[in-house]
Amino acid sequence: MSRTSVAEATYLAASLLFIFGLKRLSSPRSARSGNVLAAIGMGLALGGTLLLPGMGHFGWIFVGIAIGTVPGWLLAKKVKMTAMPQMVSLFNGMGGACALFISLGEWIGEATPTGDFGQAFPMLLGIVFGSVSFTGSLVAFGKLQGLITEKPVRWPLQKSINALLLIAILVTAGEAVAHRMDAGWAVGLAAVALLLGVLQVLPIGGADMPVVISVLNSCTGLAAAVTGFSMHNMSMIIAGTLVGAAGSLLTLLMCKAMNRSLAKVVFGSFGLAPVGTAGAAAQVDQTMREIAGSECAIMMGYARKVIIIPGYGLAVAQGQHLVHELDQALEKRGVEVKYAIHPVAGRMPGHMNVLLAEANVPYPKLLDMEEINPEFDQADVALIIGANDVVNPAARTDAGSPIYGMPILNADKAKNIIVIKRGRGAGFAGIENGLFFDPKTRMLFGDAKKALQELVTEVKAL
Amino acid sequence: MGTLAMIYIFILAIFTGVEVISRVPAVLHTPLMSGANAIHGIVLIGGVILLGMAGDSAILCGLGFIAVILGTLNVVGGFVVTDRMLEMFKAKSPTKGSQDK
Repeated sequence: MSRTSVAEATYLAASLLFIFGLKRLSSPRSARSGNVLAAIGMGLALGGTLLLPGMGHFGWIFVGIAIGTVPGWLLAKKVKMTAMPQMVSLFNGMGGACALFISLGEWIGEATPTGDFGQAFPMLLGIVFGSVSFTGSLVAFGKLQGLITEKPVRWPLQKSINALLLIAILVTAGEAVAHRMDAGWAVGLAAVALLLGVLQVLPIGGADMPVVISVLNSCTGLAAAVTGFSMHNMSMIIAGTLVGAAGSLLTLLMCKAMNRSLAKVVFGSFGLAPVGTAGAAAQVDQTMREIAGSECAIMMGYARKVIIIPGYGLAVAQGQHLVHELDQALEKRGVEVKYAIHPVAGRMPGHMNVLLAEANVPYPKLLDMEEINPEFDQADVALIIGANDVVNPAARTDAGSPIYGMPILNADKAKNIIVIKRGRGAGFAGIENGLFFDPKTRMLFGDAKKALQELVTEVKAL
Repeated sequence: MGTLAMIYIFILAIFTGVEVISRVPAVLHTPLMSGANAIHGIVLIGGVILLGMAGDSAILCGLGFIAVILGTLNVVGGFVVTDRMLEMFKAKSPTKGSQDK
C-alpha cells in the first residue's frame, strides 16, 4: 500500500471516529468516551499526514506542535469552570487564525498566472471565515473575561460601516483574483475581514455571548471545511463541515431557548429594543420585601419541597459548593431539594450543569425547564440565587417587554419565593423583574456566597 | 479528488452533523460545543501539510509554522477542556435511582 493510501485510510478512520465521537457526546453516559474517540481520530489523522509523500521540515513540525501543546494543555487544565466559555472562545479563535494562515499560504503557494476562480474561491472563503472567527472570538473572550466592556458598544453609522466592510470584502476578493500573482490583495482581504470580526462582535452585549461563541464555532468549522476544499483534504472537509452543521443547530437551539432570533443577536441587542411599556411600570408595586437569613433558614428547614434556581450570579460568586452544602443540610432534615435549570442559565446552555456537577450535585437532581415547571405548584420554597431574567413573569405577560415570549421557569407558582441578589438593579438584560415585587417574594440582599454561608449555618443550627 | 465529489461529501457531512447531535440534552450543550470546537482543530492537519510541503519557501514555512502552533492550541486546549467538563459528569452520575425517563 502506498503512503498516500495509508494516509487516506487514517483520514477515513478519523472521520468515522469524529462522527461516533460527536454521537457519543450527545448522551451523558457516553460523552467522555466520545471526546476520547474524537481525540484518537485527531491523532490518527495527524500521524497519517506525516506519512504523506513529499513531506519535509519534520523538525519544525514537531517544534510547532510542542510550542502549541504546552500552553494549550496548561490553560485548559488551570482554567476555572466559571471561565470555561471564554476559554472555548479563545481556542476557537486559534483555530480560526490557523485557517487564515493556511489559506494565505495556499494562496501564495498555489498561485498561477492564469487565475482559476474555482481554485481561488475556497481559499478566499478560508481567509474571510478564518479572520472573522479569529478576531470575533478574541473580542468575545475579552468581553467574558472582563477585558472589554460587556455592554453593547455603539458608534455612529454602525450598520453602514459594516455594510461598507462587506462591500470592501467583495471588492478586495475580486481584485485578489484579478491580480492572482500579487498576494497583497489577499492580505488586504484578511485585514478587512479581521476588522469586520471586531466590529461585528463589539456591539453585542454580554448576555448574547453564548450565541456569538456558538456562531463563531460553526464559522471556524466552515473555515476548516473550505480550507479542506482548497487542499483537497477529505478529513478536513468532513470534520469541518460536521462542526459547522452541528454548531449551527446548537446556535438555533440556544436562540430558541432565549427567544431571540439570530438576526436580532447579530444585528441589534437588548439596548435597542423598545424599553419596557408604560403598563409594566404601572402594574408593579414598587416595594421589595427584605428578609433575614435566619428567617429564610426556617422557611426552608420546615418546608417539604424546595426548588433551587441557580443563575449566573451564583457562578460569579463561586457559590456552587455552598449550594450543595445547603442542599445536603436540608435533605438531612427530610426536605426534598431539586434544581431547576433554565436552558440558558450560566453563560452557555449547560454551563450551570457543569458548575453544579463540579460541586458534586448528583446529576438526577438537575432538572430541565420542561420537567421542573409543573412541580413549582407543589414547592413550598423557590430559592432563586443570582438568576433574574429566566424567572421574569414579564416574559409571559408583558407583550412590550424585550424578553416577551421567552420560556421561563415558573418560580412565581411556588408558595414562597426567596431571592438572593447582589443589589436592587435590573438583570443582565437591563429589564425590571416584577417577581421581585410579588407579595410572596422575600429578598435576601448580598453576595451569593456570603448569603449561602449564612443559610447553611442557620439550617444546620435548626 | 474532483470538486463535485468534494461537494457531495460536504453536503452529506452537513446532514450527518445535524442528525448526530439532534437529540442532545441541554445539560450537554456546553461540553458538546467544546468538543465540536476541538474537532475543528482538524485545521492543524492543513498547517502540517502547508509546512511539510513548503520546500524552500521561507514565507510558506513561516505561515505553516504559525498555523501548526495555532492549530495545536485549538486541538489540545479543546480536547483537554472538554475532558475536564465531562470528567465531572462521570464522577457524578450515580447508579442509584432511575434517571431514565
